[in-house]
Amino acid sequence: MFMSVILEEAGSHRNNRLDSENNISIKVEKLTKKFGDFTAVDSISFSVKKGETFAFLGPNGAGKTTTIKMLTTLLKPTSGVMLVNGYDPVQNQDAVRRSFGIVFQDESLDEELTAYENMEFHGVLYKVPKELLPKKIEELLKFVELWDRKNDFVKHFSGGMKRRLEIARGLLHHPEVLFLDEPTLGLDPQTRNHIWGYLRELNRTEGITVFFTTHYMEEAERVADCIAIIDRGTIVAEGSPGELMKQTNTNSLEDAFLSLTGRRIREEEIGSIEQMRNIRKLWRR
Amino acid sequence: MGTIYILWLRQLKRYMRSHSRIIGSLGQPLLFLLALGYGFGPIFQKAGQGNYLEFLAPGVIAMTILFTSIFSGIEIIWDRQFGFLKETLVAPASRLDIMIGRTLGGATVATIQGIIVLLISIVAGFRPTNYVLLPVAILIMALIALLFTALGTAIASLLEDMQGFQMIMNFLVMPLFFLSGALFPLQGLPEAIILFSSLNPLSYGVDGLRGALIGQIYFGFGIDFLVLAGVSALFLAVGSYLFSKIQV
Ligand SMILES: Nc1ncnc2c1ncn2[C@@H]1O[C@H](COP(=O)(O)OP(=O)(O)OP(=O)(O)O)[C@@H](O)[C@H]1O
Ligand SMILES: [Mg+2]
Repeated sequence: MFMSVILEEAGSHRNNRLDSENNISIKVEKLTKKFGDFTAVDSISFSVKKGETFAFLGPNGAGKTTTIKMLTTLLKPTSGVMLVNGYDPVQNQDAVRRSFGIVFQDESLDEELTAYENMEFHGVLYKVPKELLPKKIEELLKFVELWDRKNDFVKHFSGGMKRRLEIARGLLHHPEVLFLDEPTLGLDPQTRNHIWGYLRELNRTEGITVFFTTHYMEEAERVADCIAIIDRGTIVAEGSPGELMKQTNTNSLEDAFLSLTGRRIREEEIGSIEQMRNIRKLWRR
Repeated sequence: MGTIYILWLRQLKRYMRSHSRIIGSLGQPLLFLLALGYGFGPIFQKAGQGNYLEFLAPGVIAMTILFTSIFSGIEIIWDRQFGFLKETLVAPASRLDIMIGRTLGGATVATIQGIIVLLISIVAGFRPTNYVLLPVAILIMALIALLFTALGTAIASLLEDMQGFQMIMNFLVMPLFFLSGALFPLQGLPEAIILFSSLNPLSYGVDGLRGALIGQIYFGFGIDFLVLAGVSALFLAVGSYLFSKIQV
């Protein structure tokens, strides 16, 4: 539905690609990031096909966010090669930036602006044509069911509403890949389902590649076509949920994870992160 | 162009909406005007220096602009902590445009604050000697605002969190303010203070404002404009460079 407008100018920046493999959306080889002596991401390699839903599954501090930051031009890698939609995030920052949308792990909205103004800001920054912008904003806000709250300040939104707004914003410039860093962390199961509902629809109808990170096993198992398990900066296994279980001779992703990393993704860690977030929220008021 | 405009607009919207900030930031100049202006008035008069409120008002206007500007620039740290900075840094827009838009927005806000304080001073009894030079006064306000917003941006690009902020206030902003001639005349002071003051760009702002508002000038308009514009350009260049290097 909302993509009808957007599709009109899609393809405009699809030429001049470096890769000949047209069905590859993200390609990473021996990517490494060091902070001083500490190696946060250690020579990882993987690739994501166009239209795929790809999950990065790993515990706290595994290097998920660091990898996303490098892919999205926010951090320079220490070494290694990356290609996002055919462009190199180090050499060709603007082309890469135009081609993806991102929902960060932490909130990234301007709380002093309204939902509509946050969208408008993004649209202008991404040079969405002026004539199209109001229509696209309306379609996307309707898509995430926030249209009737468009003139409310974001500071009055709940966590789930902010997430939905961030997703809508990430889609405004019609990206080919959507990066989502823990998109559902701290949300209740109902809101999580709701959000995955939108993402699946997008993925199915528009063929948008979805790259997401998560702590939640069942989430990765349920929505991802392919999962890379990352632990202490290295990818320990990669494949579809079925393949991972087969590889490890287990019959749940949970057990596969345990057998690959020797430990569980602990639920109580998630609890403490949520607590910290809540404290931060209180503190900000 | 769109980038510069939308960042400018954002700063303005945030300013217009934070009523408590507007009122809070006007309280301090009002206190300075009334407490110092009336408190030191008689002594100043006895020392043969004329009306202190006349002398003080341009200084307090400059102070307001200085504080508001530095604060606007420093706001980048807030954006970094509240996550919004990432949204701007990951966009396919030139960082130079982003930095310039922000800085112009902050400078516009600071200039508005300066004009409001000018109006408050007039209510408190201040009388500009020459209303014809009012546009010149406003131009100087805008230059002071631009200079210090750019400085704030440059500093904020280097800081990860608000912890360094107090230090910057104590060791940079307050000395800049006290040794700018805003509160007392520079003539006849010890060499060291005069030297520092002549290296302080705010001195030229205060001087220009005083020249435009009450006809008392020390360095001269030509030098004032030259220094303000030159240092603004320098800080803008340094700020843009540092801002373009930010990683989050
Ligand atoms: N700027 C930095 N400087 C130093 N160390 C860092 C920096 N950013 C991340 N790290 C470290 O790198 C490691 C990986 O961090 P990263 O944020 O990528 O983990 P993550 O997988 O996203 O974890 P989480 O699930 O908690 O979000 C952590 O040990 C972290 O402390
Ligand atoms: Mg993370």
